Amino acid sequence: MLGRMTRRLLPYLALLLLAPALVACGGDDDDTTVTVYAAASLKKTFEQLASDFEADHDGVTVELVFGGSSDLVSQIQNGAEADVFASADTANMDKLTADDLQGQDPQDFATNTLQIAVPPDNPADVSSLQDLADPALDLVLCAPDVPCGAAAQGVAEAAGLTLDPDSEEQSVTDVLGKITSGQGDAGLVYVTDVLAAGDDVMGVEFPESADVVNTYPITTVEDSDESDLAQEFVELVLSDSGQKVLTDAGFGAP
Amino acid sequence: MGQTRAVGLPRWVVVPAALGALFVLLPLVAIVAQVDWSNFWGLITSESSRTALWLSLRTSTASTVVCVLIGVPMALVLARTSFPGQGVVRSVVLLPLVLPPVVGGLALLYTFGKRGLIGQSIEVVGTTVAFSTIAVVMAQVFVALPFLVVSLEGALRTGGERYEVVAASLGAGPTTVFLRVTLPLAMPGLVSGAVLAFARSLGEFGATVTFAGSKEGVTRTLPLEIYLQRETDPDAAIALALVLVVVAVLVIGLARQGRSAL
Repeated sequence: MLGRMTRRLLPYLALLLLAPALVACGGDDDDTTVTVYAAASLKKTFEQLASDFEADHDGVTVELVFGGSSDLVSQIQNGAEADVFASADTANMDKLTADDLQGQDPQDFATNTLQIAVPPDNPADVSSLQDLADPALDLVLCAPDVPCGAAAQGVAEAAGLTLDPDSEEQSVTDVLGKITSGQGDAGLVYVTDVLAAGDDVMGVEFPESADVVNTYPITTVEDSDESDLAQEFVELVLSDSGQKVLTDAGFGAP
Repeated sequence: MGQTRAVGLPRWVVVPAALGALFVLLPLVAIVAQVDWSNFWGLITSESSRTALWLSLRTSTASTVVCVLIGVPMALVLARTSFPGQGVVRSVVLLPLVLPPVVGGLALLYTFGKRGLIGQSIEVVGTTVAFSTIAVVMAQVFVALPFLVVSLEGALRTGGERYEVVAASLGAGPTTVFLRVTLPLAMPGLVSGAVLAFARSLGEFGATVTFAGSKEGVTRTLPLEIYLQRETDPDAAIALALVLVVVAVLVIGLARQGRSAL
């Protein structure tokens, strides 16, 4: 009885035992992989930089992981195997260095400032930061807890304005979603986000944006298996050609 | 195991069944283990936490009521009538069950949003659902309705039409049959459907954040608050997550009690 059951179970048991080996096989090829954790706002530029990097390094694959900087930090803190970390703000990079997980001192590689994003036809006729204080306007900001929201609060304070948003979103993407759908009349996002969104939104510049400049730091991650390649990737980002990719996308120089 | 079954279970099912139970249970244990108990009370009673919990309970109650009001007739039509294309209608009604909630939110946005299919007509009436609590309830109804319809339709089909036929033959009109025979017989199915709908509304995140936005006291329900708190205060997020788990367990537990009492 037991013997028959064992025989029936054997295929399943074999699968269970083999599964880890099969998974390991999948990852075991000649290619070397550098894993880069980067803030979501860097998506387009880092995809470009990654393909440049691969072109210069035979047999090397750059694996890009994009997400909110705080998500990425907590993943690295929980053991994710990242070789490079590029943060959208210094606060999240500080979390990494507080745990001594950096492979080197973080270096600033880009800056970003805010811009007003409105639907292409600008239904509420927004032309300045002051226009956002109009209570009739459906204003969408990032929540003060996330970097873009803190920046929005910063420019409002610098301009002596009190903004009363109709929604405080989790991320820039959520803000842009509300603007492209026409649900919101205006939102505050980064210059690069407006550029990346193309024709779906229109950007309105305002002088107060210079008061809050967001700095992007980058570093290699400690205990990286590919520390040399990771170092080279960081150097590429900081190089003239890397900086050109970033400035083309609307980022400022550090 | 209160009763002995004539046909025994194959013994090997116990292993995957136990593994499955562990798979669900362990993460819950992990949340409890992660909670910062010394500050727990302070974390869950903060102003924003209480506001979010209260908003969640209010909107979930409202959406459950709406689900019952429109879901009962839907289940009746699906279970008791047959018309061409019924299979298609059923599939469409059940679609939100398998749709990612974010997609549901987008669909709502392009329907009821300010520039949506019928959003403009709504605005003509002088009201807009944009960034309002009503939008939260709409998102919850959209994702929770199929739970009620499926559960009730199943109960109606299993119950069969025998008693309804008898009542009608004794002279009861359709409405009387529905209120006095069909509804009481299907009550357990309705209750469990309503509970599922409430629980699903309570946990709703994706459609809400896409369609309604996120503002304290207006549209930021508990799941949205948890997601936001995670950004700055993971301890608060975990404490609130535990509150959500406890509320969900309470709701399901109460419903089971209610059902066995029926």
